[in-house]
Amino acid sequence: MPAADLARLASIARDCRVQIIRMLTHAGSGHPGGSLSVIDLLTTLFFARMRHDPRRPDWPDRDRLVLSKGHCVPALYSVMAKAGYFPESQLITLRKLGSPLQGHPDRIMLLGIEAATGSLGQGFSIAMGMALGLRLEGRPSRVYCVVGDGETQEGQVWEAAMSAPKLGQPDHPLDNLCVILDYNKVQLDDFVKKVLDLEPVLEKWKAFGWPVIEIDGHDLAQIDKALDQAEAIKGRPTFIVAHTVKGKSVSFMENNPEWHGKAPKPQEAIRAIREILGVTEDDWTGYLERNPETAAVVKELEALEKK
Amino acid sequence: MPAKASRVAFGEALLELGAQDPRIVTVDADLSKSTMTAAFAKAYPARAFNVGIAEANMIGIGAGLALAGKIPFVCSFACFVVGRFETIRVSVAYTRANVKIVGTHAGIAIGEDGYSQMGLEDIACLRALPNIPIIQPADETETKQAVAYAVEHPGPLYLRLTRQNLEPVSPPDYRFQFGKAVVLRPGSDVTILASGGPLFNCLKAAEKLEGEGVKAEVINVACIKPLDEDLLVRSAGKTGRVVTVEDHSISGGLGGAVSELLAEVLPTPVRRLGIQGFGESGDPKGLYAKHGLDADGIARNVMKFLNR
Ligand SMILES: Cc1ncc(C[n+]2csc(CCOP(=O)(O)OP(=O)(O)O)c2C)c(N)n1
Ligand SMILES: [Mg+2]
Repeated sequence: MPAADLARLASIARDCRVQIIRMLTHAGSGHPGGSLSVIDLLTTLFFARMRHDPRRPDWPDRDRLVLSKGHCVPALYSVMAKAGYFPESQLITLRKLGSPLQGHPDRIMLLGIEAATGSLGQGFSIAMGMALGLRLEGRPSRVYCVVGDGETQEGQVWEAAMSAPKLGQPDHPLDNLCVILDYNKVQLDDFVKKVLDLEPVLEKWKAFGWPVIEIDGHDLAQIDKALDQAEAIKGRPTFIVAHTVKGKSVSFMENNPEWHGKAPKPQEAIRAIREILGVTEDDWTGYLERNPETAAVVKELEALEKK
Repeated sequence: MPAKASRVAFGEALLELGAQDPRIVTVDADLSKSTMTAAFAKAYPARAFNVGIAEANMIGIGAGLALAGKIPFVCSFACFVVGRFETIRVSVAYTRANVKIVGTHAGIAIGEDGYSQMGLEDIACLRALPNIPIIQPADETETKQAVAYAVEHPGPLYLRLTRQNLEPVSPPDYRFQFGKAVVLRPGSDVTILASGGPLFNCLKAAEKLEGEGVKAEVINVACIKPLDEDLLVRSAGKTGRVVTVEDHSISGGLGGAVSELLAEVLPTPVRRLGIQGFGESGDPKGLYAKHGLDADGIARNVMKFLNR
């Protein structure tokens, strides 16, 4: 991918991180850690890979994304808004009564959501069924599915893992399916290693018949290249192990299980946004003067604090 | 007594009971910070097992532990633990394994997380199994006694607990009795049956109704299965009108159980208040108002039901 495209993606991912922090703070609850770990993957998928059209979310030939780790849907909302599925101003209705931006994905309330997820372990099977159905229909669509590392402790994940390389063979192999593991090493109660270690991950998936690609899930070029490779593999679905950092780009959230499922307070959110944008404390005031959009977000957050 | 979530009271009770009874063990599925077994795990690390996000496995392990003489509490959100219904059906119920199933985060009162995390059909599912009693305590006092009872109960049992704080409703001398309901407020015009989260709102609604000249009898049905048939039938016979209130689907829950009982024993008009359709995200207060489970909503629905 040319450097200019990578820079564009990086800038989108940065904006989306800011929006994730913004909407979670307005909601007062939600899951920042896993949203920040998955956002580079979602940004690359939505802005450099998937064939989709925000004006036609029901386009039958679209590529699909199933976010199996549904609690990280703020990340998905942020890319959907950026892509034009709905106005960015709507992001702050997250989790509020009547909002289509439900706490976990709802495909009826918000067009563009492909499956109701939020009960971990279910999205992968749905993605697999979708991939099979699209193959049977002769459609060109690809299906991407993102699973959490803690999520793969669910038995249903391994039922799916065992069957996907075989399902549809020999006439309709699921080489239109790509499953991505957001391997951020943290789940809800603690570090994955402490609760129930997944290792050796690569060997497990290989043993189940999957071609496995291992990448840094925050390196946009690596993500893009892995998606190329996955697309080139014929006859079988592909599994990408993306090493990520939970809470990526916010120092006090990074790799900290405490930030799995709680929203930042307004002052924490403002600091998080400053860190995401890579601005020092000294330069912050000047930065806000030069960047009215960020200044508006900050002002909105400060107003929240007074409430 | 300050308001306290029944999951918190459960965690405290378990910690105390664990000191006396070494047979008590916990099995969790990556929600021990939310089900409040974390304190037990800290105190008795060798008796607490966090098996990862794997609820079916958690239930099966619980069954095996029970068969080996332990008293396991298997804990998760109500929707996830009862979501593994068929595992409960065979590994626990049919096996007659002495497993205490704990479902927290009952109802729409969990708020912002939305439908996928709300236990809204758990009572309906477990009511269908022959040997799993269902207990839904309404405050700290009752929860602690119910947990102590669960340890003593000879067989599997389901405890339905809330995420949100619950105002005290039990009298100071309250004694939880398995299979018994309790009249919290006597009345003669209508019977209001509830337990758990919405019970406090029912009492407030009864006060409002009193102002409108309606004497409502409010009964705490902490034991949803088995029902205290005598008390419920007697109250229905006295008032002639029964309203059930629950933070659960109106199908198959307390309302369903009461309707089945009265239809056979003493046909009485019943109005079931609860959740229709799927739950949704929102602030708990707003959700209760929208779904008619706040005091105003309950009072309004009772008035309508009585044609007043
Ligand atoms: C079946 C099920 N059990 C439990 C939960 C509660 N829960 C929500 S997020 C989470 C931890 C998820 O960890 P992981 O998959 O690693 O996600 P990430 O680190 O990306 O946030 C748990 C246990 C759930 N949503 N679904
Ligand atoms: Mg994780």
